[in-house]
Amino acid sequence: MAAASADTALKRTPLYDRHVAAGAKLVPFAGWEMPVQYEGVRAEHLATRATAGVFDVSHMGEIATAGPDAETYLQHLLSNDVTKLQVGGAQYSVLCREDGGVLDDLFTYRLGAESFLTVTNASNHDKDLAWFLKQAEGYDVTVTDAHDQYAMLAVQGPQAREIVQALADAPLPDRFTCRHRMLRGQRVLVCGTGYTGEDGVELLCDPADAPMIWDEVLKRGAVPAGLAARDTLRLEVNYHLYGNDLMEERGPIEAGLGWACKEDTGFIGSDAVRAVREAGPAEQLVAFTMVSGIARQGNAVVGGGEVTSGTMSPSLEIGIGMAYVPSEKAAEGTELEIDVRGKLRSATVAKKPLLKK
Amino acid sequence: MADASYPTELLYHPEHDWAKIEDGTAVFGITWFAQDALGEVVFFDPPEVGSTVTAGESYAEVESVKAVSDVIAPLSGEIVEVNLGLGDTPENINNDAYGDGWMVKVKLSDESEINSLLDAAAYEATLS
Repeated sequence: MAAASADTALKRTPLYDRHVAAGAKLVPFAGWEMPVQYEGVRAEHLATRATAGVFDVSHMGEIATAGPDAETYLQHLLSNDVTKLQVGGAQYSVLCREDGGVLDDLFTYRLGAESFLTVTNASNHDKDLAWFLKQAEGYDVTVTDAHDQYAMLAVQGPQAREIVQALADAPLPDRFTCRHRMLRGQRVLVCGTGYTGEDGVELLCDPADAPMIWDEVLKRGAVPAGLAARDTLRLEVNYHLYGNDLMEERGPIEAGLGWACKEDTGFIGSDAVRAVREAGPAEQLVAFTMVSGIARQGNAVVGGGEVTSGTMSPSLEIGIGMAYVPSEKAAEGTELEIDVRGKLRSATVAKKPLLKK
Repeated sequence: MADASYPTELLYHPEHDWAKIEDGTAVFGITWFAQDALGEVVFFDPPEVGSTVTAGESYAEVESVKAVSDVIAPLSGEIVEVNLGLGDTPENINNDAYGDGWMVKVKLSDESEINSLLDAAAYEATLS
């Protein structure tokens, strides 16, 4: 029995007991047993916007790349210009196939001249790792699966920095930079990044230290927030969710991620990306607001296109979402009709981000 | 969301709906169990007054942040009133499932259907 169930057993983060204690509703997510909500999505969402939320994102993976060729190797894999990434910097990019299809979207942190850490989506980690290893041939690099070496907590919201600063031995890094800091005596990689549209930090730490950090930030007022609030928060500011808004069948230009693609670097897929950029994409990912009701992932847009994310926005109190639509319908203010389970509902293409801070 | 409760003056459909019978009409809503499973309700799409509902079939949709659920009619009849207040305050379905969270009032077409509904104790037994 034990052997048979081992393959399907959900993995637990080092904060599992904390989630149970906080009254979390736990659900399977990308092979992990994760907290989808605690007190309630709305309350967690609004607390993150008003004060601070803490999210266990330890399901996200890490790939470490080190060696004399680390920079040239990552330049070959990642869509952004890795030579522009300074030591102590953070950079967003996509990982493309040869045909420009998106394998994943990633943040890469440069820890040293020859050392990088790339954070993967949980659902893509194994695929990304295999891709990284496959492409490493001929480069003097060591690519390591670092998933087990790190737990990851995101502390986000207007009070997030103040809360984490109180634990730290030195000033926290600015937005889009990263530094090692001692938090209550434990070494943590503090990153000025996040997925909520709020200021805040993401903390990559030894799994053994995660419960201590969790307790300390809770003690200082951060509210435990689950994956459901993480999703509504990111959608209000139109950050992409892989598997919804990004997929192998679509490229970064139509997804609106051309800013993270520097084709001149010659990354894998750059020729395909350049061709789409020059010709213009047939469809584009737009943000929309609903007049009434809620469109959901998979709902068809009348005349072509599909909703990839949709929810009720707790901050805006209307239905919001993102959809791929034909480029002629992508202009701000365009009226869309969405087939919501057989009922046509009106939506309007709106400027990103939907929530302005 | 208060603690679980299943008032004894109501009758229940196994698909987690309640009916309050009054002189040939009935008020419908969803049970504490249903609203708890759904989580915070953010949208209620009401049916039209005058439309007919059939016992065991969906007559409305209720949406939480993450999911959409059909609401099943416990009895058949014609809708004579809908709770328009839920348009602005769908959270009443969570906060007061048997009171302000009511959904529709129906003129019953076949009162014999009432015999197929469950009392509170029988419904609660289906939940364990």
